[in-house]
Amino acid sequence: MAASCRLKPLSRVAVCGGTHGNEMSGIYLAKHWLRDPMELQRGSFAVKPFLGNPRAIEKRVRYVGQDLNRTFTTEFLSSAEAEDEPYEVVLAREINQTYGPKGSAQAFDFMFDLHNTTASMGTCLIVDSEESLLPMHMCHYIQMHYTRSPCPVYLYKLPGEETYSINSVAKAGLALELGPQPQQVVRADLFTQMKDLIACALDFIELFNKGTVFPAFEIEAYKITGRMDYPCYPDGEISAMVHLKLQDKDFLPLNPRDPIFQTFSGEEILYEGNTTIYPAFINEAAYYEKKMAFAKMEKHTFSIPGLQRE
Amino acid sequence: MTSCYVVHEAPVRRVAIFGGTHGNELSGVFLVKHWQENGDEIQRTGLEVRPFITNPRAVKKCTRYIDCDLNRVFDPDNLGRQITEDIPYEVRRAQEINHVFGPKNSNDAYDIIFDLHNTTSNMGGTLILENSRNNFTIQMFHYIKNALAPECCPVFLIEHPNLKYATTRSIAKHPVGVEVGPQPQGVLRADILDKMRKIIKHGLDFVHIFNKGKEFPPCTIEIYKIMEKVDYPRNKNGEITAVIHPSLQDQDWQPLNNGEPIFLTIDGETINYEGDCTVYPTFVNEAAYYEKKQAFVKTVKVKLTAKGIRSSLS
Repeated sequence: MAASCRLKPLSRVAVCGGTHGNEMSGIYLAKHWLRDPMELQRGSFAVKPFLGNPRAIEKRVRYVGQDLNRTFTTEFLSSAEAEDEPYEVVLAREINQTYGPKGSAQAFDFMFDLHNTTASMGTCLIVDSEESLLPMHMCHYIQMHYTRSPCPVYLYKLPGEETYSINSVAKAGLALELGPQPQQVVRADLFTQMKDLIACALDFIELFNKGTVFPAFEIEAYKITGRMDYPCYPDGEISAMVHLKLQDKDFLPLNPRDPIFQTFSGEEILYEGNTTIYPAFINEAAYYEKKMAFAKMEKHTFSIPGLQRE
Repeated sequence: MTSCYVVHEAPVRRVAIFGGTHGNELSGVFLVKHWQENGDEIQRTGLEVRPFITNPRAVKKCTRYIDCDLNRVFDPDNLGRQITEDIPYEVRRAQEINHVFGPKNSNDAYDIIFDLHNTTSNMGGTLILENSRNNFTIQMFHYIKNALAPECCPVFLIEHPNLKYATTRSIAKHPVGVEVGPQPQGVLRADILDKMRKIIKHGLDFVHIFNKGKEFPPCTIEIYKIMEKVDYPRNKNGEITAVIHPSLQDQDWQPLNNGEPIFLTIDGETINYEGDCTVYPTFVNEAAYYEKKQAFVKTVKVKLTAKGIRSSLS
C-alpha cells in the first residue's frame, strides 16, 4: 500500500489570465476578479489574480517580443538586464520577483494559468509531470467533481527539459487549456466553464488545507512525446492542411496509416509512425509560426500516492 | 428566345479572385497561392481568371492589416488621396489595386471580383451582395445557391446609406464577397477551404455558362438585408461588460425575437433583445469586430428579384 505523502498547506495562490494577450477567457476572468475578488476567496488561503502580459493584452496579440510562456527558464530569468531585450524577458523577471523566485522557498505555493486554444481540446488540464503530486491530486478532484465535460490531463514536460511556463515560477501549478475558441474572441460557454473549473480547484485547496486525506488513485494522463510538423514547400510555406478526418480529434487515437494531412491538390498524407499515438493542439493558430500541426502524446495510467497536509 | 424581361449583359471577360484582403483569413490566402502555382481548376475557356493576394504584407505577418483595414478604403477620398510618406500602407495598396483591376466606376474595371474572406462567426458559406439592382450578381447567387442545395448558402446584402463600406471588390462591375466561417484567424480548416472552393467553382461555372449564351430567366432569392449594428454593452470607461449570450452564440441567420437573450454579463445576468420585429443576426461574435464596436449585425429577410439576363453577344 503506497504511503500517503504530506505536503505543507497552501497559503499563497495566484491566478494568471492573459499570459497570451489574445486568449480571452482568462483575460476576462482575471479582469473580473481584479474588480471583484470575493468569488476567489476561501477561508484558509489568499488568492491573487493578475494579468500576465499587459502589453500583449492591450494589443490583443499573443506576445509583443517573444512568447511569455516560454521565457521562464534560467537563461532568461537570470540574464543581465540589457538595452534591447524583448519586453517579455523584462516582464518575466518582474513576475519571477513577485511570484517567485522560481525554485526558492519564497515562491508562491501555487499558480493557475488560464489559456485558450483554437484546437478542440475541451477542458484540458495541463501539469508539468505526473511527479507533481499536488497538481495531480487536484486534477483527479476536478475530474470527480466537474462532470460537465471530460477533463483530460496533459503532461507537458519532455524528459530532461527545463520547465519554462509562467506557473513554473510557483512551487506547483496547473494550466487550464480551453478550446476551441478563436483568438480575440470570448465565448460565454468557455468563460463559464473556466470560472467553474477554478472554483472547483480552489475547493480542493480548501479541503486539502483543512486536513482532508486524499487516498491514492490511478489516473489516465497524456504525456507529450514529440510533435508533428506541417509538410512545407522549399520556401517554408506550409504545403498541406490538417486532414478533415484528423481535425477536431484531439485526444482520440491516431493509428499508423490514418490520414493526417491533405494537400491543396487533394492528396492525402498518412501517419507513418509504428504505434498508436494521441494528438493534441491539432491546428492551433499560434503554432503555425513554428510549423507545428499537432503535439504527439502517449496515454499512460499512473499510480499516484495518497496526499494530506502536514 | 427574347423577352422584355431579359436584360442583355456584356459578356464577362476578366475575373479576379482576391485572397488575403485580411492577412489572417487563411482559406483565401492559401487558395489564391495554390491557384497561382496551378490555376487549372479556375480556368474557363474565353475567360481570364486572375488569382491575386491583395494585402501581401498583412499575409506575411498573418495579421488582419498593417495600418488600416484594406476592405474599408476603396472610397473616392482614399482612392484619390495624394501619396505622401506617411500614407497608411493599405491606402497606397488600394490605389495600386484600383489601378490594376479598376479604375472603380470605369469601363476598364474588371467584370467580376470574388473576394475571399473568413469569419469567426458561424455564418457557413455566405455570399455578400453590394447592390440590390445588380441582376447579374443576383442571378449568379441564385445559381450558386441551387448548386449547393440542400446545403445553405445565405446571401447578405450590405446596401445601406451609412453601413455600406467601401470594399476591395467594389472596384469591379460585379463585386462578389465570399465569407466562410466559422474559422479562427490564423487557422486553415480543410472543411472551410473546401466550402469556399466549391462556391468559387460554381461561380465560375455560372460565368462560363452565361458567356456561352444561356438565358437565365427572372429569378427571386431570399436574402438578408443589413439593418443595424449592435455593439457590446460597455461601462463608463468604454470596457465591454457583457459577452454574446450562449443562446445567441453560433446562431447566425436564425430568427431572434423580442425578449430573447443576446448578452450575458460577467456577473451572470442576461440582457434580452428588445425590438418590434424578428431579426436575423449575423457576424455574431466576429473577432475583428470588437474594435469596430460590433457584437452582431441585425438583418431582415427580404425577397429580391432579378430580371432575366443573357449575354449580349449571343
